[in-house]
Amino acid sequence: MKKILTFTFLTLFSYHLAAQDDLLDLLDAETPETENVVTATFKGTRIVNGHSVENRKNKELEFIIAHRFGAINTGIEDLFGLDISNIRFSFEYGLSDNLTAGLSRASVEKTYEGFLKYSLLKQKTGANSFPVAVSLFGSIAAKSQKAIPGFERSFVESLFYTAQVLIAKKINSSLSFQLTPTYVHRNLTAIFDDPHDIFALGIGTRVKLNKRVSLNAEYFPQFDKLKSIDATNSLAFGIDIETGGHVFQIILANSRRMVEKAFITETTGDFFGGDIHLGFNLSRTF
Amino acid sequence: MKNLYTVFLCLFTVFVINAQERYLTKSGQITFFSESPLENIEAKNNQVLSIVDASKKQMAISILMKSFMFEKALMQEHFNENYVESDKYPKATFRGKILNFETISNTESKVQVKGKITIHGVTKELTVETLAKKKDDAIYMKGSFFITLSDFGVEIPSVVEKNIAKQIKISFNFNHQPFKK
Repeated sequence: MKKILTFTFLTLFSYHLAAQDDLLDLLDAETPETENVVTATFKGTRIVNGHSVENRKNKELEFIIAHRFGAINTGIEDLFGLDISNIRFSFEYGLSDNLTAGLSRASVEKTYEGFLKYSLLKQKTGANSFPVAVSLFGSIAAKSQKAIPGFERSFVESLFYTAQVLIAKKINSSLSFQLTPTYVHRNLTAIFDDPHDIFALGIGTRVKLNKRVSLNAEYFPQFDKLKSIDATNSLAFGIDIETGGHVFQIILANSRRMVEKAFITETTGDFFGGDIHLGFNLSRTF
Repeated sequence: MKNLYTVFLCLFTVFVINAQERYLTKSGQITFFSESPLENIEAKNNQVLSIVDASKKQMAISILMKSFMFEKALMQEHFNENYVESDKYPKATFRGKILNFETISNTESKVQVKGKITIHGVTKELTVETLAKKKDDAIYMKGSFFITLSDFGVEIPSVVEKNIAKQIKISFNFNHQPFKK
C-alpha cells in the first residue's frame, strides 16, 4: 500500500515538473531570437530644420515644400511676418534602402543644394543588438544670386560644404534623441575675420504625443561664429503630424533659412527676444 | 534498491505520458490582404510559429508582428507604428481546440478550429474552417478568414479610410513537423 502511494505521489510530482501544459509558453521557448532593427526613430527625414537619421527607402521619392515666414515681432504691418516668405523645394530619392540623394532650391540667395545621406549603422535590439543609429550626411550648396557690383565672385567662391555625423537613439516608442556633430566650410567669407570653417554640435529630440503627432526640438550651438553678421545659434521647435504618405511639420524657429550652412551658421534671430519665425514643411512620399 | 526501482518506474511512466504527439512549425505563413477602392495592401509573414498537440487536440499560434513584410517600407513602418503598435503589442497569438480532430486523414478535409485570437492586446473568440491533412507524419493546415479591424481596437484615421479595408482577409498555411522535446 505504501509502495502504491509513493508511486502515485512520485508519478504525479514528476509529471507536474515535466509537463508544459501551455502550448503558447512552449512556442515562446521555441521562438528563435531575432535581430530587430529599430525603425521610426523620427517621423520625417528632418527633425525640424536639420536632417534626422531617417532615410528614404529604395526607390521612394519624397517631395518637400518648406516655407519660413518673417519674424513674429515685425508686428501687424507685416502681419506678424506672414508677408515675408522664404520657400524651398526639395526632391529626395532613395538610391537604396541606405542611401538617399537630394536636390533642392531655396529662395534666399537663390541657393541650389545637393546632398547625399548614408545610413551607416542601425540601432538594433535582440540578436546583434546595437545601441544607436549612425548616418553620414554631406552637402554642397551653391549661391546663384547675382553679386552686387564690386563684390563679384567665381562659381567656386559661391560654394558651401556641410558634413554631418548623425547619431540617434530611440529610447522608447515615444522618445528619441539625436546628436549631430556638424562641419560647415565656406569658400568665401564676407570679411577677413569670418571663419571659413565652423563646427557645431546639433542636439535634437522627438517626443511622441500620440500615434500620429510628435513634438520636436533642435538646437545647434556653434564653436565659432561669423563675426560679420552677429550670428546666433539655431533653435527650432516643430510639431509633426503624419497622415499616410504625408508628414506635415509646423515650425517655430529663430531662423528663416532651410539649407544647413545657412540656418546653422547664418542665423541672427534671438528666439527669446521675439525673433520667432513661423514655418512649415510639407512632405509627400511617392 | 526497491525504492530506486520505484523511482525509475515513475520516471518511465512520466516519460510515456509525456511522449505526446506534438507537431511544430517555425516557418508558418500568414498573409493579410486589404482590398479598397484606392489601393490593395498585402503583407506576408513567413516566420509564424504554430504547434498542434494531437493528444489534446489543441493548437497554438504565435505571430511576431514585426515580421510582416510589405511591398512598401513606409507601409510597414506605419503598420507597426500607427496601427498594430508593435512596440506595445509585439505578438498576435491564437490558442484553441481542433474540434473534429479524429477526421483528419491523408486526404484534405475540413475541420473546425475554435479558440481565442489576440491581436493588438484585444482577445476575441473565433471559429475557423480549416483544410487539414496528415501525411508522412506531418500535419498540414491551411485556410483563410476575415477579421474586422475595429474589433481589435485598430483605428483608421478618416483621411486614409478609403485606402484600408474595414475587413482584412487573413490566409494561413502551416506545415507542422513532429516535435520532440
